[in-house]
Amino acid sequence: MQFWYFLTALTLISALMVVLSKNPIHSVLYLVFTFFCISGHYVLLNAQFLMAVNIIVYAGAIMVLFLFVIMMLDLRRNSPDSKTNLTKLAGAVVGGTVLVIFIAATRKINLGTGADNAFYNSQTGMVENLGQILYRNYLLPFELVSILFFVAMVGAVMLGKREAGERNF
Amino acid sequence: MELTSTVFTAKAIYVGVIFAITLGVAAYSTYFERIFAAFFQDRVGPDRAGPFGILQPLADAVKMFMKEDFIPANSSKWLFILGPCLSMFTALMTSAVIPFGDTIDLGNGVKFDLQGIDVNIGILWVFGIVSLGVYGILVGGWASNNKYSLLGAIRAASQNISYELAMGLSIISILMMTGSLSTKAIVEAQQNGHWNILYQPVGFILFIICAFAECNRTPFDLPECETELIGGYHTEYSSMKLGFYLFAEYINMFVSGAVMATLYFGGYDYPFYETVVNSFGENVANLIGFGALIGKALFFVFVFMWVRWTLPRFRYDQLMNLGWTGLIPIAMFNVVWTGLIILLPAEFNLSSWASIGVAIAGIPVLIVGLFIYHSIAGGKKKKTALAR
Repeated sequence: MQFWYFLTALTLISALMVVLSKNPIHSVLYLVFTFFCISGHYVLLNAQFLMAVNIIVYAGAIMVLFLFVIMMLDLRRNSPDSKTNLTKLAGAVVGGTVLVIFIAATRKINLGTGADNAFYNSQTGMVENLGQILYRNYLLPFELVSILFFVAMVGAVMLGKREAGERNF
Repeated sequence: MELTSTVFTAKAIYVGVIFAITLGVAAYSTYFERIFAAFFQDRVGPDRAGPFGILQPLADAVKMFMKEDFIPANSSKWLFILGPCLSMFTALMTSAVIPFGDTIDLGNGVKFDLQGIDVNIGILWVFGIVSLGVYGILVGGWASNNKYSLLGAIRAASQNISYELAMGLSIISILMMTGSLSTKAIVEAQQNGHWNILYQPVGFILFIICAFAECNRTPFDLPECETELIGGYHTEYSSMKLGFYLFAEYINMFVSGAVMATLYFGGYDYPFYETVVNSFGENVANLIGFGALIGKALFFVFVFMWVRWTLPRFRYDQLMNLGWTGLIPIAMFNVVWTGLIILLPAEFNLSSWASIGVAIAGIPVLIVGLFIYHSIAGGKKKKTALAR
């Protein structure tokens, strides 16, 4: 339990640092660290497969591409010039609204009193059980998601494709 | 309590031994790399420090530590230090899930696994750590504030991501053969000579090519290509920080050799295991198995060096073409063919020789398929070139 508090504090601090740090590269690295902390939470929930997939997909592939793109930018020239009063006001309004929505949504949640032993199964998060549920109970949504990804991928390839006679840059 | 503390002590000793073996092998890989390079180029090689030059790694380490530790003025200092740390860290983490041997009887009925941890996602752990390995290079290369370092880092990132896909697909065929993600289960399925290399020849070739790319070894060492990029991502590094980058590469070689032995060459399995058990007992037999795995891993380290001093470097566009249009389609074919390897013998009640036959039949099918594809696609390419 103490470890959970430690990990959660670490997650929140690094997530805050993503927003607060001035250098985009530092932000990305803090975000990678945040993903690691979230993977730690998965381990505490005994969901090792989700932990591994989270690290492979987010920390290992997507964030590397983020870092890749940000490193290509000229950071000094592209310093954000968005600190007018209007944007500050808009940010405060949007942030406050989201806060109110979250409070309203979570106010009536019954957090219960610890794990329910009748339904508790330590093997729930294991890859075998996850596979059984995905391929038996939720087969159609799973396949639809894969079609969605495929369509997105084709779209990205079409956008990135050079037409004949088009200038490269 | 007694049992827990015994197992805990044994585990601590085991981790220390694996750590020492990994570092020792990495240190002496640098020596043997030079010896093999000298042999391939008909030179003498290192022969000054000690008999046959075997103290050369020590001399190198002393030299590395004594050099001036330099941090460039306009670099981001913490990230500059973090780069080599991350490289070493990710290189050492992978060996946690590799089963280096079977169980050892410690007396009092305590059985001890010669494996760091047997998690049920073992191979995904390896894959995840491998995909993190690029951060060390990327962070170090960017923090150097040098355009050549940055180019090296960017090359490393795009290369690793491209070859991870083919590597993941070749691991999927292994998972189909075993039906488990645990490295221990993968090794146990290969006992008594049923090594995966017999059923997955194409998968193994794909995997070893991707391992070369992931370790940044020649012919895929574009991130540190000195003719184009000075020193690549470690241009600005000196002293032991550079040493850690180079060391991490040798650790990666050894660990990827151990992973290849685990996935394709039966792990700690070796011939005449039963005879050894009958005459010397199980502990001795399993310790020999431990030695067998280390030996197989060392053989792959030799293959890495062999290829390095035999093949020239790829051009960068060739590397990307090979990864995306060469290896990934072949890996997908291999996944489909693995389905045949499993289903055909099961459907007609044939022996495992039939699966090996189907697996080997896959190679000519693949070659013919590639040939037909190229004669169609190659013709098209020529036509468009002429039209322009």
